[in-house]
Amino acid sequence: MTSTAVPPAPPLPARARLGRRGAQYVSAGVVRYGALAFFAILVLLPVYVLVITSVKGVAETDPSHAWSIPQLWTTTAWRDAWTQLSPALGNSFKLAIPATIISTVLGSLNGFALSKWRFPGADIVFTFFLFGMFIPYQAVLIPLTQLFSDVNFPNGIPRLIFAHIVYGIPITALIFRSYYATIPEELMEAARMDRAGMLRTFWSVVLPVSAPAFVVTAIWQFTSIWNDFLFAVFIIGDPAKWPVTVALNNTAGSFVTPYNLQMSAALLASLPTLVVYVLLGRYFMRGLMAGALKG
Amino acid sequence: MRNVRRWGPGLLLVSPSIVLIAVFVYGLIVWNIKVSFSDWRTSVPSHKWAGLAAYRDLNSDPAWSQDLHHILLFTVTFIAGTLLVGLTLAFLLEKGVRGEGFFRSVYLFPMAVSFIAAGVVWRWLMNPAPGDRATGLNVVFDKLGVGFLANQWYLGLNWGMAAMAMPAIWALSGYIMALYLAGFRGVPEDLREAARMDGASEWRVYRHVVFPHLRPVTLSALVILGHISIKVFDLIVAIGGKQLVTQTPAVYMWILIYDAQDYAKGAAIATLLLVGISALIVPYLVYTVRAERRA
Repeated sequence: MTSTAVPPAPPLPARARLGRRGAQYVSAGVVRYGALAFFAILVLLPVYVLVITSVKGVAETDPSHAWSIPQLWTTTAWRDAWTQLSPALGNSFKLAIPATIISTVLGSLNGFALSKWRFPGADIVFTFFLFGMFIPYQAVLIPLTQLFSDVNFPNGIPRLIFAHIVYGIPITALIFRSYYATIPEELMEAARMDRAGMLRTFWSVVLPVSAPAFVVTAIWQFTSIWNDFLFAVFIIGDPAKWPVTVALNNTAGSFVTPYNLQMSAALLASLPTLVVYVLLGRYFMRGLMAGALKG
Repeated sequence: MRNVRRWGPGLLLVSPSIVLIAVFVYGLIVWNIKVSFSDWRTSVPSHKWAGLAAYRDLNSDPAWSQDLHHILLFTVTFIAGTLLVGLTLAFLLEKGVRGEGFFRSVYLFPMAVSFIAAGVVWRWLMNPAPGDRATGLNVVFDKLGVGFLANQWYLGLNWGMAAMAMPAIWALSGYIMALYLAGFRGVPEDLREAARMDGASEWRVYRHVVFPHLRPVTLSALVILGHISIKVFDLIVAIGGKQLVTQTPAVYMWILIYDAQDYAKGAAIATLLLVGISALIVPYLVYTVRAERRA
């Protein structure tokens, strides 16, 4: 439950220092890099398929051309995918952005109170939260949809935003709590000496050093909300309000859709999280390690 | 109580979240269990007590016993494969290689992609269609002259769910690699050095010094992968749709609610999922919280 990233590697072994030992190092190095490259190719294979198929014309998606580079590059499939998915992409942004912002702010407040402004039973409350992170959400979905209609909760995306905020409470509290645990007590003491109240301490002592935890949490929440399918498929009935995962499963998921359209749609739907990953991968990794308790 | 002025605000700050978790996690779980004991078997909600009727129905339902077989085969393949690949990757990287950051980013990137999008390309890779409709790996086998390896993949009658685990292994191996890498780096270098001074071969250093240190990581990995596996849903829907050959408990629950509108039976599955996952998670949470308190 620590929020440390993977520690840096120890210095490289000095290779080729001695004759025989050196030769051993070199051949071991070749095997090691060979294996690493082999696995990297395996992991990237689906990306290759996605990209080359997405720029093919329908004529080239048959088995005789499977795997080969397109002879004729075309953006037809991408344009079709955009026409089909752009409303759903819009919905996903309308869902993921507010839900991420609210749940990250809520997480920082909870994490602060659970680590730096503790009350009797704070650890019990934290454990009580943590269980909520692991439950299969199936175990709450039937009553949740029932409850939404019983209380006339605004239909569509607001319901989904609410659900992601509530079920995001445990993981966001966890990330902030372990991050705030690293703030030195002396800082808190100093604030106390100045007779600063809780909110003032949070605002002027804790918040200014919180940026990394905000980035880690926001990336984590954005990615899980963007990629969510289960909540969306149970909560959103109206196809016009579907987020992109549900829309993708419905259009590209159909067996009559040509492969080039399926692949460009899948890529299009993944672009926002992939961009975040490429730009801020470091923080993504930290979120993973912080949530070592989370899947 | 004298100190209530000091800790009171902290409790106040967390209390909205406490209420939300109490209602939407614990409250709804209880509500779901009540639904599973009711006679709500149509689109019209009913709260009449029906005892274990829904559970008895499941017990004598051939689809349910198939689901259990499927989830068992999927879980075993998925966990064994992911642990093996993740540990291998971490082992290859742990001593530090040039380009480590690049390899780590590549191995981890599938975590940023939704199962729905990944399912689109994996369905192409594992396409069971014969001859002129074939794609993906079967075409590769054919071109390499090992056509006899071509198979039905996820539609295979006995081993289909083992194939279904492949995309899941692809998606999560990087995560397990990150966990193991942190574990490897957590082994004090002095310990390894001491063993080498005693004349231990590099293999024995791993066997007797490094690997024993990784046991807690393996435990976390087992729990994380196990609870992901039991409730697996998106991936199955994306690749197999609603077919019985690939049906898992979570998919069956979805079908029961949306197509059959058998709420009590759906809630019974949800309850059983929760029980299965709790058996895994509760001891783990107790163990982790205790370890944290000791630290």
